[in-house]
Amino acid sequence: MTHTILKNRRRFLAQSAALVGAASLGSGIGRAQAAETLTVATYGGYFEDSFKNIIYPAFTEETGIEIVSVPEPTSDAWLIQLETAARANSAPADVSMIAQNAMLKGQSTELWAPLDLEKLPNHTSLTPDFIHTYSDGRVDGIGAVAWYLTLVSNTDVYPEAPTSWAELWNPDNEDSLGLMALSSNSFLLEITNATFFKDPELLQSEAGIEKVLAKLAELKPNVALWYRDEGQFQQALQSGEIPMGQYYHDVAGLAAADGHPVRSTFPIEGGVRDSGCWAISRASSKQEAAHTFINYMCRPDIQATLARKVGTSPTVKRELLDLSDEEFASVSSADTPITPVYSMHNERADWLNQVWTEMVTS
Amino acid sequence: MSAPVLNAQQTPAAAVEGFSRSETVTLAWPMIMLSVFFVIPFGTMLAVSFFERVPGGFFEPGFTLDSYARFIDPFFFKSLGMTMMIAGSASLLCLILAVPFTWTLTRMRHHHRVLWLVALLSILSLSEVIIGFSWSLLLSRSTGIGNILVWLGIENRAPKLSPGLGAVLTGLCYLGFPYAVLVLFPQLSRLDPTLHEAARMLGASPRRAFMNVVLPNIAKALVAAFIMVFVFTLGAYLIPQLLGKPQQWTLPVLIADQALFQSNLPFAAAMSIFLLGVSLSLVVCVGWLGRSSQARIEDQSTTQSTTQSAAS
Repeated sequence: MTHTILKNRRRFLAQSAALVGAASLGSGIGRAQAAETLTVATYGGYFEDSFKNIIYPAFTEETGIEIVSVPEPTSDAWLIQLETAARANSAPADVSMIAQNAMLKGQSTELWAPLDLEKLPNHTSLTPDFIHTYSDGRVDGIGAVAWYLTLVSNTDVYPEAPTSWAELWNPDNEDSLGLMALSSNSFLLEITNATFFKDPELLQSEAGIEKVLAKLAELKPNVALWYRDEGQFQQALQSGEIPMGQYYHDVAGLAAADGHPVRSTFPIEGGVRDSGCWAISRASSKQEAAHTFINYMCRPDIQATLARKVGTSPTVKRELLDLSDEEFASVSSADTPITPVYSMHNERADWLNQVWTEMVTS
Repeated sequence: MSAPVLNAQQTPAAAVEGFSRSETVTLAWPMIMLSVFFVIPFGTMLAVSFFERVPGGFFEPGFTLDSYARFIDPFFFKSLGMTMMIAGSASLLCLILAVPFTWTLTRMRHHHRVLWLVALLSILSLSEVIIGFSWSLLLSRSTGIGNILVWLGIENRAPKLSPGLGAVLTGLCYLGFPYAVLVLFPQLSRLDPTLHEAARMLGASPRRAFMNVVLPNIAKALVAAFIMVFVFTLGAYLIPQLLGKPQQWTLPVLIADQALFQSNLPFAAAMSIFLLGVSLSLVVCVGWLGRSSQARIEDQSTTQSTTQSAAS
């Protein structure tokens, strides 16, 4: 008797589960038919929120394509998730914003689907260096936004703004700097070279890199925090606990706008300019919608909105933008920026990581 | 985590043999699931550790010992030593705090004890990120507990206590303390109170009674708690990263760097396997030492009681 009841109960449970499953499957199909969706990944936090609130609704209204926004932790971490998923032929995001170093790494396995420039008529608005290509010329990424890494300081602790990256080496700043922990995102080798050696060839050889690294090691007593997590440094910078360091110009500007005693300065040697590309995973089945999205993001008016609302530097030619000189200057700098030596980070990745970690941890 | 396992050791083998067929089937299911969800991911990691690294890219299936060869490096051994030192010190500190605490806990009134246990268990619901960030605020100069010293007039300027070794150990102890208490609690609460009382009546000071009677009786639980906290803190990577100076970045921090930022999964996997191997052998060693010392104590007490009964 008990057995029968149990059996019946189990069968009933199994049947109900099947019914619930079928119902949810049905509703999924219904939704998918209602509107085309596209999954887009940008850096989580303030960045993603801004895109979700300011950019995506207008895009959906214009094209009917709904955007599912997913946060990515960092380009490098996201790259591994994308690649692992692509090996299993799935794409956690159709389009992702990817920084230059990660773009190059992804090329090694053809992770990025080649883009068709004919479907991206707006690409002509971009400055040509924002069209990213494979070595054989196929386009794999289109400049989404550019950003600057600058010298930031707490205005309460430093009433006078620092003017040069050389301040990082100033013995007066002992135990008061926050620098990024990795060579591939701090670009401190490039900064050291631009500040003290000014030799564009220096970072092309291991001997040259070691020379720059030795100079960089001199600032270690000044470093209070080697950070991987931006939030940790931002909090310490705002409170004055760690009153100087390197940080993103856009986020520092937002913190200042919120009333925190923080300023971002373009040093005389220049800020470090890095940028993110829109790239499509080869496993994505939504190539058409993805092209529509990327084309939309290349429009000068959208780029201007991003500059005004998110504080990123536009990838579109200056003359096409309706930004005032003041607005443009707040997100960019007329001075020549420090450009990361991507080939060094890419070709010597493992060796560089080893000597870098030894330098930082010793 | 390992507490039920340790208690299960005390279950007589005969009881296991006494399971009916349906019970065996029921028990087999979780066993199979555990094996599948542990063995397969572990096997994947092991396989990846032998894969070939593609410089500037990811990895290709293959068989190479290159990732393991990178261990032959003074830098690697220094990190390993630092990792072991930090996990060992954190576990030791945890025990030093947890033993008297748990001893007091077992002697509290029931509802006080429940309150404390609930508070301890609630720590387990906090993630490492929250714990790490909270401690970095608590130990900072601007908002930290050092300001109490300034307020009391002891210091002129609040000390900056994080990042540093002290901060890492504090964070790890906070993380491991509830586990240590939970492992020690059953053994200490089961301990016959008359043992301690007898020692006191025979003239032992409270400290001596505790050291010579209570501690040897809970040796097994002490070893279990040590291993538990050691293994747990060995794998922590957020606390050393958030609260430590670069010198205190443990192997898990370096593993995370390789896996998350360098896309060098073969090297990250090889380091993980190496760390796992080292910690397993340490656990076996400590367990063996614990067993042999326990056996020695039991041996001594048997000899003593035999001598006493012979004398009487």
